[in-house]
Amino acid sequence: MATVKKSFHNACKKGNEFRLGGAQELESTAVLQVFLDSEFRHKKPNFGSCGGGAERARMEVELKEMLDDLQSLRQSLSDPSLHASIDKLQSRVDHLTHLAKSVPVRRTKVKDMSAEVVDSNPYSRLMALQRMGIVENYERIREFSVAIVVCICLLLPIYLSKKAFASTLGIGGVGSVAAEMLTRCGIGRILLYDYDKVELANMNRLFFRPEQVGMTKTDAAVQTLSDINPDVVLESYTLNITTVQGFETFMSSLKNKTFCPSKEGSGVELVLSCVDNYEARMVVNQACNELNQTWMESEAQLSRLMPVCEIARLFILIQNLNVLGLKHFQSVSEDAVSGHIQLLIPGETACFACAPPLVVASGVDERTLKREGVCAASLPTTMGVVAGLLVQNTLKFLLKFGHVSPYLGYSSLKDYFPTMAMKPNPQCSNAACLERQKEYILAKPARDAAEKAKMEAEAAAVAADVPLHDDNEWNISVLDDSEMESTGATSSDALPDGLTRELPSADEFQKPPTSGATDNAIDDLEELRRQLEALNAD
Amino acid sequence: MEGWDPNTKSTLTQIPLLTTKAGPRDGAAWTQRLKEEYRALIAYTQMNKSKDNDWFRISAANPEGTRWTGKCWYVHNLLKYEFDLQFDIPVTYPATAPELELPELDGKTQKMYRGGKICLTVHFKPLWAKNCPRFGIAHALCLGLAPWLAAEIPILVDSGMIKHKDDATSSNES
Ligand SMILES: [Zn+2]
Repeated sequence: MATVKKSFHNACKKGNEFRLGGAQELESTAVLQVFLDSEFRHKKPNFGSCGGGAERARMEVELKEMLDDLQSLRQSLSDPSLHASIDKLQSRVDHLTHLAKSVPVRRTKVKDMSAEVVDSNPYSRLMALQRMGIVENYERIREFSVAIVVCICLLLPIYLSKKAFASTLGIGGVGSVAAEMLTRCGIGRILLYDYDKVELANMNRLFFRPEQVGMTKTDAAVQTLSDINPDVVLESYTLNITTVQGFETFMSSLKNKTFCPSKEGSGVELVLSCVDNYEARMVVNQACNELNQTWMESEAQLSRLMPVCEIARLFILIQNLNVLGLKHFQSVSEDAVSGHIQLLIPGETACFACAPPLVVASGVDERTLKREGVCAASLPTTMGVVAGLLVQNTLKFLLKFGHVSPYLGYSSLKDYFPTMAMKPNPQCSNAACLERQKEYILAKPARDAAEKAKMEAEAAAVAADVPLHDDNEWNISVLDDSEMESTGATSSDALPDGLTRELPSADEFQKPPTSGATDNAIDDLEELRRQLEALNAD
Repeated sequence: MEGWDPNTKSTLTQIPLLTTKAGPRDGAAWTQRLKEEYRALIAYTQMNKSKDNDWFRISAANPEGTRWTGKCWYVHNLLKYEFDLQFDIPVTYPATAPELELPELDGKTQKMYRGGKICLTVHFKPLWAKNCPRFGIAHALCLGLAPWLAAEIPILVDSGMIKHKDDATSSNES
């Protein structure tokens, strides 16, 4: 194949030198060159390049067109001495077409990860991380399970006006990109959660194929991912995790330890939340707090603009919200072009309910953003960046190398990356979070001892790393040793530049003395139900 | 609260606030919360009827009270437009609000998430967060769904996205 590429390259060069090909031919040869560069370099049954039937059909079409182009190139050449080499090229393309038909669609499973640098080894470049001393034991990745939650409820591009980002909108972006990256890294097992079917509108995600329309997204993803790397164990769950029933299935699937029975705790090393809404994040938070499960949060958004221009009434309502004291986050919730990833370790770091979620400010005047017809949008590039950051942090966490970021924001308009660390809020509204916080404090002596031992072992090493939480400036309630500071409500003032709160904290609220006796209201559920039904009846 | 239309304002203050912070996985506490939800819904429905502003029907679709179904309607140009209304109580309730669904309008407006969930992000969710756990289903209907219908239905009707079910007789009625 290398010869084909070379001789074709020469032919192109010749065509150029003799100025024989018209502009059109030159253009088509350039296209072919790109095709050769991109396709043939990887065409051996190599890792990640052995797609399904659709890819093969595309390759056959390309080869056919290449033959046609060669034919027209031959006809336009006045110098007959070149015909022989064109003929030779044609026969090689014929041969290629034949080969393409017999290329196995999928590579076979690899038993052990090898560091040997040969084309047939899909893991050689990844294992090089180990040879270089960056990762101690890359192959451990095959023991790890990661759950990826992709419950997306945003609008489809179909609903949007033609002007507004329609061509760049995607759904499920971060989750599917992250899943593909982890698959290519040879992760042991991926559990996928979503509740959608693949629709034509998803096609711009590249991840899904036209023939997968109508399949559940998780099933389609499993199909695509196992084509990419058959070594990965893939599980697909189509459910809505926010409902009581879906939540139970979600919890029990995380707890299932059949993949690696010796593992402590739950059945997965990490849960990745790639959802696009607050409700689903709160559910992942709930599950992970209850299971004491470390997880990572991700968000990639272009904007969450309400199409307020044409709805005067909503405008009035928004002004009302300002009157109600909600002014400070009004502009924030219309923020744009940003994303973030966040590591959440129950009891140790702030959970998602410890404080209202943070938003990375765009750094531009919100009023300059056009907002017609847009409820929420996201660029595939922003999604790609966030997915890359998320998976990088995941690999560092799993394989224990580098610094695992507790929070990393991304403002794409300014290329600004704020970082910070967040301690849990002792007044968190989530009961499971408070339990984990208690456990974490109780485990402090053991942690200190382990830390001390580690420090002594590393005493010889120079330049100790900067402590993890040094840059924690915001005044979310600090929890340290025996002293329990309760700073109460959090204000956005103390946050690092460019970060703001998405929602207000719940107001302080005194529960009225529940004496029951003073309450002469009806206290029987059935009676209340009957009353409402009676009202509903007329 | 200047700027609120006075009706919404007075209505809101008359819907009983809830006190129990409990979700569907909280056993007896959820039963307690459910009673409070019923009291608020009963009071709100009675109030609407007494003001001749009846605009929804909602009842629990399962004994646990985690799924609710019913109807809501909106009158525009003297015509009544009625829609199915449904929602689940999320496991993280009341930290997160119920996501109100109008499945018949799915795909007809931009102010909606997949499955016909109405978009409450800007005008309602901050209020809900601020008032957790005092707001319940009745408040979600009053402050979430009612303004959404008021803003969206006229646009949907005028743009022809939704038609009156009785289009032929509509000329007689109006
Ligand atoms: Zn918490």
